[in-house]
Amino acid sequence: MTNILVYALHHEGTVNKNSLGAISTAAKLASELGGEAHALFVGEDVSDAAAGSVGAYGATKAFRVAAPAGVPQPIVDALDAVLSQGEYGYVIFGGGLLGFEAGGAIAARRGGGIGVEITGLRVEGGELVAERPILGDTQISDIHFRGLGVIAARLNAFEAVESAAGSTVPVEDVTVTLSDAAGKVEIVTRGEQRGADVNIEDAQVLITGGRGLGSAENFSVADDLAAAFGGTAAVAATRAAVDAGWFPYAGQIGQTGKTVAPKLYLGLGVSGAIQHKVGMQSSDAIVAINKDSNAPIFEFADLGVVGDLHAIAPALAAAIKAKKG
Amino acid sequence: MTKIVVLVKEVPDAAVQKQVDPATGLLDRSGEKTLNPFDTHAIEAALQLKESGALEVDEVVAITVGPSSAVKALHKAVSLGADRSIHLTDDALVGSDVVATGYALAELVKRENPDLVLAGQQSDDGQSYAVGAVVAENLGWPALTQVIKLEVDGTTLTCERQAEYGYDTVKVQLPAVISVGDAINEPRYPSLKAIMGAKKKPLESLSVADAGIDAGKVGKEGRKAVWTAAQQPPAKAAGMLIEDDDTAQTVEQIVTWLDERKLI
Ligand SMILES: Cc1cc2nc3c(=O)[nH]c(=O)nc-3n(C[C@H](O)[C@H](O)[C@H](O)COP(=O)(O)OP(=O)(O)OC[C@H]3O[C@@H](n4cnc5c(N)ncnc54)[C@H](O)[C@@H]3O)c2cc1C
Ligand SMILES: Cc1cc2nc3c(=O)[nH]c(=O)nc-3n(C[C@H](O)[C@H](O)[C@H](O)COP(=O)(O)OP(=O)(O)OC[C@H]3O[C@@H](n4cnc5c(N)ncnc54)[C@H](O)[C@@H]3O)c2cc1C
Repeated sequence: MTNILVYALHHEGTVNKNSLGAISTAAKLASELGGEAHALFVGEDVSDAAAGSVGAYGATKAFRVAAPAGVPQPIVDALDAVLSQGEYGYVIFGGGLLGFEAGGAIAARRGGGIGVEITGLRVEGGELVAERPILGDTQISDIHFRGLGVIAARLNAFEAVESAAGSTVPVEDVTVTLSDAAGKVEIVTRGEQRGADVNIEDAQVLITGGRGLGSAENFSVADDLAAAFGGTAAVAATRAAVDAGWFPYAGQIGQTGKTVAPKLYLGLGVSGAIQHKVGMQSSDAIVAINKDSNAPIFEFADLGVVGDLHAIAPALAAAIKAKKG
Repeated sequence: MTKIVVLVKEVPDAAVQKQVDPATGLLDRSGEKTLNPFDTHAIEAALQLKESGALEVDEVVAITVGPSSAVKALHKAVSLGADRSIHLTDDALVGSDVVATGYALAELVKRENPDLVLAGQQSDDGQSYAVGAVVAENLGWPALTQVIKLEVDGTTLTCERQAEYGYDTVKVQLPAVISVGDAINEPRYPSLKAIMGAKKKPLESLSVADAGIDAGKVGKEGRKAVWTAAQQPPAKAAGMLIEDDDTAQTVEQIVTWLDERKLI
């Protein structure tokens, strides 16, 4: 029997959508492997309702470990404890930073292997095979595991499917003795929102500013272009621009930001890193203005413009305004 | 007195079209190579801790696991400010996975017994984001990745990073492994003098046996994640590309393209 354990990321009472996607996928795969999918919650304040709700996505059991959330070490200890008491072949993380950290560590602790950025999973010969895009998504590798297989899924790779809407599962509390390392990490604040509470998820047109804009002031170039489109156009940003303090975190697209799918995504000085791409690749039309013809964004843009955004974007704003009359 | 170890990797130069050798399933390393750009931020972070006096650092040691050519990446690390370097190189390591690489690096770290280990946010080729966490697990130390602000007070680090729900602030006790994000600093350029002097700084070259590493836990035999030669993903219809030679004309083409799709 091969069971699959899924780490359930949660915050403020809500289970992360990507974790639910991982649970849905694990449930399907586990049944092919003749096992079950279980979910693990780590946190001080996980309610029965939140933990039990994973039943709707196909999990048959939820474990709860009362330990600090948001840092990797307690998760590693919690996974280790649960893995020790059952027959598990795999651990799956939905897209997330903690998956790289806790995933790498639990693979090391239990003599297993890890595959990161996994976009597909299938059962072959009684084991899981993981699909991993590499080298800027130009190729895809198949990963097989010897011993415990740890899978850190790419953001939005697995869809949350409510296969048993409304069902809940029993929640089992597990007491874990935390390791020394866990005692040396303390989360002081979690999920701090920096900057204004901008809304980018409802916009039909998103003008996205990257590091190529050069400064906070230069976001006016993006603002002007959005204004030219009018209506439901808004401005968004990359992590590089947000970390630099040029734009509010609430307007960030990508792995640790928002996932968007507007009618038009227009990137100004955005390179198109994987972690950005995963948050916007479902946009209907992708336009990129970038001065580097080798920028990865040109691999997936529908319209790529190689040139200086400072020359092109203002002229484009004027032309659109003129066209609209 | 503290010692900082910085983990640095050799990667194909950004201008090289990276590819996998279909025969071996390993990265084709024949082209021009360089120091992983993300690791220059880790070196810079070490230097800033030293120069600001936040930590009384008496030594910064750069460590790599890689083929013989990786010496060049170590020279670069030293030219950027590391005091000396260690190179673990052995045929037994070829084909190591993340867990094996992290184990080997941890064995090297144990020999140095530093107070802090710094790593980059990701390698430019493997992009696993996970080596730092594996090193820490092997050492029994705490670890945190993607750190973009690092403050030290005695043996307590205050780290900031962006995670799924916003910015997190985390206190970590030394000794620890911290992987820094690229927003943490702007790495300096090495001086000509530092570049010339880099080859004269101590560089220790070790084999798996020298370092007391269990050869059965690394390389193709020891790895627990086994990847096969890569496949091409389904081809996506190529987009249209405009080279901007005449901005008025470029803009006209963009407007037409948008208009055809009713996006204006
Ligand atoms: C765990 C993890 C999570 C992450 N989460 C996210 C996330 O949620 N969102 C996100 O966006 N990133 C995320 N990243 C970071 C991501 O890897 C990239 O570093 C980031 O997306 C780069 O932002 P950028 O494109 O603005 O900057 P860069 O990559 O620096 O690109 C700037 C681009 O601007 C171009 N440029 C410069 N000047 C001009 C000009 N005058 N005209 C035209 N073009 C110009 C350059 O050619 C370059 O291509 C994450 C990374 C990790 C490791
Ligand atoms: C096609 C292909 C697929 C692969 N798939 C997998 C897989 O699914 N699972 C798996 O476990 N491995 C896989 N690997 C192997 C993996 O890329 C290597 O083990 C690699 O050495 C470690 O990971 P990384 O470079 O991605 O490091 P990252 O975790 O991205 O590196 C983070 C930081 O760790 C430090 N670091 C990383 N490597 C070294 C080093 N050698 N020396 C010193 N410091 C270092 C650097 O500071 C770096 O910035 C694959 C390789 C290929 C070619």
